[in-house]
Amino acid sequence: MIQGKAIKFGRNVDTDQIIGAHHLSRPSIRDMAPFTFENTPRFVEHFAEGDIIVAEDNFGCGSSREQAPAVLKLRGIGAIVARSFARIFFRNAINLGIPLIECPEADKIDHLEMLEIDDDRIRCLKTGKGYDIIPLPLFIRSILVDGGIIAHLQRKETDTQRDVNLSRR
Amino acid sequence: MNVIEKILAAHSTETVVRPGQIIDVKPDYVMANDATACLAIDVFAGRLNAETVFDPESVILVMDHYTPSSSVNAADTHNKMRAFARKQGLKNVYDGMGICHQLMIEYHVEPGQLIVGADSHTCSYGALGALATGMGSTDVAVAWKEGKIWIKVPEAIRIDVMGAWPAGVCAKDLILKIIGDLTAQGATYKALCFGGAAIGALPVSERITLCNMVIEAGAKFGYIAPDEKTDIHLKAAGRTSYASFTDDSDAVYEQVLTYDVSRLAPQIAFPHSVDNVYEIERFEGMAIDECFLGACTNGRYEDLAIAASILNGRKIADTLRFLVTPASRDIYLRAAQSGIIATLVESGAMVNAPGCSACFGGTGGILGRNEKLLSTANRNFRGRVGSPDSEIYLASPAVVAASALNGTITDPRRISR
Repeated sequence: MIQGKAIKFGRNVDTDQIIGAHHLSRPSIRDMAPFTFENTPRFVEHFAEGDIIVAEDNFGCGSSREQAPAVLKLRGIGAIVARSFARIFFRNAINLGIPLIECPEADKIDHLEMLEIDDDRIRCLKTGKGYDIIPLPLFIRSILVDGGIIAHLQRKETDTQRDVNLSRR
Repeated sequence: MNVIEKILAAHSTETVVRPGQIIDVKPDYVMANDATACLAIDVFAGRLNAETVFDPESVILVMDHYTPSSSVNAADTHNKMRAFARKQGLKNVYDGMGICHQLMIEYHVEPGQLIVGADSHTCSYGALGALATGMGSTDVAVAWKEGKIWIKVPEAIRIDVMGAWPAGVCAKDLILKIIGDLTAQGATYKALCFGGAAIGALPVSERITLCNMVIEAGAKFGYIAPDEKTDIHLKAAGRTSYASFTDDSDAVYEQVLTYDVSRLAPQIAFPHSVDNVYEIERFEGMAIDECFLGACTNGRYEDLAIAASILNGRKIADTLRFLVTPASRDIYLRAAQSGIIATLVESGAMVNAPGCSACFGGTGGILGRNEKLLSTANRNFRGRVGSPDSEIYLASPAVVAASALNGTITDPRRISR
């Protein structure tokens, strides 16, 4: 269960908006994070740890910069809900273990609304309205459940090692 | 299988693959540049706890986004990449020689290869019949360590292009038109395969422009089947033999779209989205503050030659700046030797060292508040090249050169050469 208030965006939010090019050479994600969505007042003014980005189509389009989902993660984003995600951002965010939620009716959610998200539905706490979620493919969900691609690979390695040990007994 | 599926299958342990299937593939090259490599190096040495890359020959590092180093942070970034390259014994390291994608095409890419790069415009290499796609720094670090990466087999869309190219119209206009039609997400996760007589008529340089921009419609791969022109390009680069892949007779495409270029007009992508595309007529006469000719989209010799043919013996308007950045050292040298650079400089252009330049906003050409940039690059996102209150318009090299001459957006078909 994820709870947080919605920070609302439109369509085609690109990764340049999330973190600008001139910040990418800073030494670490920690150094970049204060500049997350620096030209987007509704984020700068309202975002607090645990909040949920809600967007329309094609969230995260453009550059492959993984710094974009990485700064969002460091700032404590609760989840990203969108009608659809751009491909590279989708992979990068899942790799980092950020919950991505595809919701065809994401455009109906209002800015600053309090949301509660469980496995198959988003609920607006004030109005009681609910919206269906398109479940992630199993393979993607298994990466997310493990906490990202690196934890996933490490678990697979451990599992393989355990199987080898068992077969040797 | 279609050609995309066949190339993917050839890089996996599967004999047959189908769209939607998730497979492990072994890429021929894994590239990163100075906007993405340091994060990959941190992941590699840190969370992945890796010591050595799987295959030093396949790892390629390019410094292009912040070259010449534009800040202390950029210089430190470059030094971190150089140290990693030394430690890992990497041979393919390009330091200020040009844009990663141009260098990959000049030195490495062959038809039938599978290439992963930590840069979204990696899809450019489809122009030579390779499958190439952009990924993030963690995926690249995993591929450096493991020598393989998971990939989802995409659906493919075929785009058949017919008709004779009108004067003053080029591949940039076609791809802008296609992106406008498909929208910024219309090809998400798909392969776009270009074919037909009008594609066969294009030089390799313009085929690269087409495949470069498929990501702006969300696509994973662009692809153009190799032909005699590809062979001539490869032969000149010293690459003579490569694996050949073609569609099977039962090849399936999700859709087939057709375009006729014979009535295509120059196109412009209006701020702040690449799919916001209109014919040039709508913006003719609009004053601009800066023109940029360059980027992995249009910084090739042929692009510079088009601009020189328009500007030959003339001066640009004194109301704007005109930046020209060759995409690679080789292009710069050839343009210098043939007199193109002299023509452009005499017209009033500022010629920069090869690199991403004013496409990325990491070095010179940064825009101030309320300024308008007309650019041959591939993105017009808000604030990409400086102030969030600036505007970026995308167009072909011919449109940019004609507009530099007049100081306002100008249809190149109206300029006598």
